[in-house]
Amino acid sequence: MSEEIIKNIIVRENEDYIINMGPQHPSTHGVLRLEVCLQGETVKYIIPHIGYIHRGIEKMCEAITYQQIIHLTDRMDYLSAHMNNEAVCLCVENALQVEVPERVKYIRTILDELNRLASHQLWWSAFGMDLGALTTFFYGLRDREMILDIFEESFGSRLLHSFNAPGGLMHDVHPNFQKGIKDFITYFRKKLPEYDQLLTGNVIFQQRAKGIGIMSREKAIAYGVTGPSGRGSGFSCDLRKYAPYSAYDKVQFNEILYTEGDTLARYKVRMDEMWESMNIIEQLVDNIPEGDYTAKMKPIIKLPAGEYFQRVETARGELAVYIVSDGNKTPYRMKFRSPNFSNLFVMNELAAGGKIADLIAISGSLDLVIPDIDR
Amino acid sequence: MSSTSTIYDFSTLTGSIDAALHNWMSPGLVLTAELVLVGLIFLTFYALLGLFLVYLERKVCAVMQNRYGPNRVGPLGLLQTIADLIKLLMKELIPIRKADQFLFNLAPFIVIIASFMAIAATPFAKGLQAVDLNIGVFYVMAVSSLGVVGILLAGWSSNSKYSLIGAMRSGAQIVSYELSVGLSLLAIVVFSGTMQLSGIVESQADGWWIFKGHIPAFISFVIFLVASTAEINRGPFDLAEAESELTAGFHTEYSGIKFAFFFLAEYINMFIVAAIGATVFLGGWMPFHIGNWEAFNHVMDFIPSMVWFFLKTFFVVYLIMWFKWTFPRLRIDQLLTLEWKYLMPISLINIVVIAFIVLMGWHF
Amino acid sequence: MNMIFNYIREIFRAISSLWAGMRITGKYFVSPGQIVTQKYPENRATLKMQERFKGEIIMPHDENNQHRCTGCGICEMNCPNGSIEILTNRVPNADGKTERIIDKHIYHLSMCTFCGLCVKTCPSDALAFGQEFEHAVFDRKKLTKVLNQPGSSLKKEAKQ
Repeated sequence: MSEEIIKNIIVRENEDYIINMGPQHPSTHGVLRLEVCLQGETVKYIIPHIGYIHRGIEKMCEAITYQQIIHLTDRMDYLSAHMNNEAVCLCVENALQVEVPERVKYIRTILDELNRLASHQLWWSAFGMDLGALTTFFYGLRDREMILDIFEESFGSRLLHSFNAPGGLMHDVHPNFQKGIKDFITYFRKKLPEYDQLLTGNVIFQQRAKGIGIMSREKAIAYGVTGPSGRGSGFSCDLRKYAPYSAYDKVQFNEILYTEGDTLARYKVRMDEMWESMNIIEQLVDNIPEGDYTAKMKPIIKLPAGEYFQRVETARGELAVYIVSDGNKTPYRMKFRSPNFSNLFVMNELAAGGKIADLIAISGSLDLVIPDIDR
Repeated sequence: MSSTSTIYDFSTLTGSIDAALHNWMSPGLVLTAELVLVGLIFLTFYALLGLFLVYLERKVCAVMQNRYGPNRVGPLGLLQTIADLIKLLMKELIPIRKADQFLFNLAPFIVIIASFMAIAATPFAKGLQAVDLNIGVFYVMAVSSLGVVGILLAGWSSNSKYSLIGAMRSGAQIVSYELSVGLSLLAIVVFSGTMQLSGIVESQADGWWIFKGHIPAFISFVIFLVASTAEINRGPFDLAEAESELTAGFHTEYSGIKFAFFFLAEYINMFIVAAIGATVFLGGWMPFHIGNWEAFNHVMDFIPSMVWFFLKTFFVVYLIMWFKWTFPRLRIDQLLTLEWKYLMPISLINIVVIAFIVLMGWHF
Repeated sequence: MNMIFNYIREIFRAISSLWAGMRITGKYFVSPGQIVTQKYPENRATLKMQERFKGEIIMPHDENNQHRCTGCGICEMNCPNGSIEILTNRVPNADGKTERIIDKHIYHLSMCTFCGLCVKTCPSDALAFGQEFEHAVFDRKKLTKVLNQPGSSLKKEAKQ
């Protein structure tokens, strides 16, 4: 953090105009509280206060078995529920040296990308709403509904689908799975250009986003900002490329990189990732191999004593799972490195010196999910 | 003018009522009775219009967003806003302990009175106008900008930080956009040579100013639309409310019927702005006439003048709603940039061009 | 001169970008057939949830009021939230040995997270997901349900 911001925070003056954005505020997307110090319309500094939705997931994990942990990870970053599940599953599978069937790998990758699409659609909707374009919210959610229907058909739930299990999947996907996805992609390929016409090209949007909240590559690395937010600053951090898991080594795709580092760049990364996600799904959806939906697992999983680590790329950045096991059926210690936690704290750097409206645009472009910060 | 002679003139109706009252009352009493009567009619009209506009807005935005909109209370949800009004009336008025009580309670009334006064000069149909001032345009401009006093008071007296920011934004916004609204209306005043609203309407008997006034009149219309949208604090210029930034801006602390006053005033203001725009640019109650096509003009005259007025007004209302539900909100500095760097210079140049056109007699 | 040209070009570009957005919303405004929302309570008769929809946990009973639950307690053990409680009775069976049969299979809907572990791990397929989703009640005690119907008994062939 720059010297001046730190000085501002330490030396609070009486005439500082401090407003509390949150815990109940329309655009903090959850129960995040930002203590914003203003000078007129200009933001002097912000202090994020977290912990309003702290549920102690890491501690709870120490008391339950590995199969039961899966459903808790849904509730961290609820918009990338599938990726969170997969992180734990991969970690457990690596620890047990289990080779999961090819079918599982393909389905997991498809679901990852579908989940990423759904998450980005919701982000687009909410981002437009943060900037005051209320109609985006309904268009985004309308298209997201198609993905949620695919999820519901196969897993029975729309948002928090604990569909992964250590060793594979809970059960096989629905027979309509492939058809539903293909229908969705043909539909969404037509709708995505509308998003651009409605918001991206809009001159007001361009002015609100261009050059706002510039994050340099160095800053992104220093704060550990990963995911689309980091890639908007030119920080090449796509784990799907650098540490491929599941079937990511079998598909061709580009890592989206923009070097401007402003709100518009972060926006464009996500918009392009939606196209890229559809490409990945199209490569996989026709080639799902036949086979078992799960590897053979013992009913009670006991990891051998030791430390295990696994990273995955969620819709918001790098989620890392770290398990310390003492050989019991429950982990001795479980630690999640959640992407939003790191992404949140760069906000002070980006928003200080801008207007209140810029603060909203920046927090929208970082795409924060508060339960993931607090865990 | 011959072509307008077939339009029903409401002044015969109002004149006969006036004469009848004079028969059995003293002139002083007649004046009082007429004031009360007109006041009552406007109050009723005002309330119904506000409710209908809220319904219309919700329905329009719903269809734009692939939704049904209100569809529960009454047929097509028509009674939804009445149900909402009853709810708002019954809600608790939350007292703010550290607020300036007098100003806090006064502010909603100032806002609503300002919009109420502006509606008085609106010509609804031929001869149907409460006050036909000879400086009508000027009067409407002056009165409608009174509302900002209410907004400033509301923001200041609520003793809330969000409200204060909202109020200050609104002050800066309305003071600057007032200029563009004035200049764009002035363009038509230059064309028609009168500030009287009925006179402006009469001058459009052979074609509306937006068609007669070449491109400059169209530019004025666009500037008027943009600037007046800003003046009534509606999206994309709703910085005073800016619900994603300031929760609800200047009326954060208001509840119940006091909030409803602000809400109603916003919608009535939208109607007034649309009515002024329709009157000045689109011919008000004047039917669609083309030069000297007598037969065509005659057919058009059969549509009552009131219908024409409301059609045009609601067209402008729809445009304003369309803006709100499409565009993102501007930032405060961009808002001022838009005014001082774009709208203001363009309308100044526009006025000069129009003056030149009028001097040369190039308009129809 | 160039500056003025840029100024005017900027304005036209801005207007055309705004018009592009208005075309989208305008297009949906004139085609109300594209409405995607549903009138929910009215369409109850035609509203059908997906077959795998996880609405609640149920215990299917056949026409003889028989279920498959043996009361083994594996679902209770696997539930991460403690939303299943199993009360068993010990009764003598025909051979004279005492046998454990289920008395009450208590399911706390208010605690359930629909992870599906009970349904997946049940060795005798006694549990399933029901399609009911209208769970709103005025008293949360009503969310505690007994899944086995009164007077129901164990289906014998399920043990094979």
